[in-house]
Amino acid sequence: MKALREAFGDELLELAKEYPELYVIDADIGKSCKTTEFQARFCKQHVNVGIAEQNAAGVAAGLATLGKIPIVSTYAIFGSLRMCEQIRQEICYPNLNVKVMCSHGGLTPANDGASHQAIEDMGVMRTLPNMTVIAPADYYSARNLVRKAVEMYGPVYMRFTRDAFPFIYDENIQLEIGKANLLKEGNDIAVIASGEIMSVAINACEALEKEGINARLLDMHTIKPLDERAVVEAIEECGALITVEDHNIINGLGSAVAEVMAECGKGRLKRIGVRDKFGESGPYEELLASNGITVEEIVKSAKELLK
Amino acid sequence: MGNQEKVSFLKDKAKELRKTALTMIHEANSGHPGGSLSAADIMAALYFYELKLDPQNPSWYERDRFVLSKGHVCPILYSSLILRGFMDKKEIYNLRKFKSILQGHPDMKKTPGVDISTGSLGQGLSTAVGMALGLKRDGIGSRVFCLVGDGETNEGQIWEAVQTAVKYELDNMVIFVDNNRIQNDGFCDEIMPVLDLKDKFQAFGCETYRIDGHKMEEIVNILDQIRGRRNKKPIVIVASTVKGKGVSFMEDVPKWHGVAPNDEEFEQALREIEEGLK
Repeated sequence: MKALREAFGDELLELAKEYPELYVIDADIGKSCKTTEFQARFCKQHVNVGIAEQNAAGVAAGLATLGKIPIVSTYAIFGSLRMCEQIRQEICYPNLNVKVMCSHGGLTPANDGASHQAIEDMGVMRTLPNMTVIAPADYYSARNLVRKAVEMYGPVYMRFTRDAFPFIYDENIQLEIGKANLLKEGNDIAVIASGEIMSVAINACEALEKEGINARLLDMHTIKPLDERAVVEAIEECGALITVEDHNIINGLGSAVAEVMAECGKGRLKRIGVRDKFGESGPYEELLASNGITVEEIVKSAKELLK
Repeated sequence: MGNQEKVSFLKDKAKELRKTALTMIHEANSGHPGGSLSAADIMAALYFYELKLDPQNPSWYERDRFVLSKGHVCPILYSSLILRGFMDKKEIYNLRKFKSILQGHPDMKKTPGVDISTGSLGQGLSTAVGMALGLKRDGIGSRVFCLVGDGETNEGQIWEAVQTAVKYELDNMVIFVDNNRIQNDGFCDEIMPVLDLKDKFQAFGCETYRIDGHKMEEIVNILDQIRGRRNKKPIVIVASTVKGKGVSFMEDVPKWHGVAPNDEEFEQALREIEEGLK
């Protein structure tokens, strides 16, 4: 088990050796976002603008015009919302090579309460043209996807978790941005999940297996560009889909999949995620449960869809 | 060129810029004449005297950068770029037209010579800071010039950007403030008093100057004075200007912030600019 924000900090140290043009821009939460080691070792590629996220986005854009690869590091709530217009105007519109990589995604900053829980970030970022939107499922896939995001040209938004989550992959995992990863074969129903909630989805698929339901499980780490082919295949071959996300069911993974399904004209769908309401302080599991983001709920939904 | 010749040459350029910008706005039947005219003399001095540029190679890495943070006055930037040879003169008639390379607000992907897309106020200065920081760390001697509006300083992000420029000792940065005292809805003093902007930037840690933004001698003098200066502080030049400068009925009249002149007004404006107002 390891926190995804650790993956970000660890992979940065590897990338910085290979990419002298890599910059990290902090906004006074470098300690929480795991960039302090990067700062210590690569100070010439590090900037801390203080508590000024909007400026961080602009500074990153300016650096990107020089051919640098700036990564703005902050919490998901600020990286997606406080910086939103700056990302739109100065990064996405001119299609500059800026990455926004954020800790504290979804409900994972559980004790901090609703002000710090980013339940809209993926959806908001998804509506910006030129933006790629990613939520890795565990430490190892986060490391791989951070690397892939730096290797590709263009704006990327990625979210990590504050807390430790179970390993799903190992250090050899190679993912492709925009391509779903098949975690489990199955044709009775398809579970499509994104982000650290994957461990809940895995447990749900195991529970379904015990009840004789053979579920396909897809790691949809990239919700934009969405792997539409994988979604259509799941509709064709399984018929029923369940999306699972630590995000509002509006505009995130569930919506993205629903859009494809609607245009497809067939298939049935249940979206599991935050039910369009703000969180509160409390244990992460309790917050999930209050939104029905549980193994039990996924199993129940699968049975209803298969009726 | 002697000093007097230089000033006279730049004054002529400023006239040409004013006429070109108004022609563009008139042709487009939309745009922002007031702030274009208040910035014209500064722009003439920058584009025909100070900036290190190569119109044949707009993306030359070691060029000076220019960021029009008050992006809505892009007609004056486009005029500068056109007269400086970055684009064909026929582009004058394409402002804001569909499929045009001259968008209603600057677009770096469409217009040669535009270093960054702007238009949402308060954001350009941050990008200028990023450019200056990267150039400085790369050991490249180029400078970054940024033009900010006085109304634009209402935006908090301006002050975020200035703090970063001061922290990182970006003495390769020159910020011009077009202090024309008028913003969209009216006079700054009524809408949102900006107080003494020289004092404000000074308090934030910049090296500050105030000049008359329409006296070419003063603009040239300050540019000569600060050229090569590297004393670990970003330089801010607050230019006292008049919105709509050079056209009698536009001068100091808030409504000319963002409307195009009709045919008659346009003819009068061109005449007044050519002859020079007394």
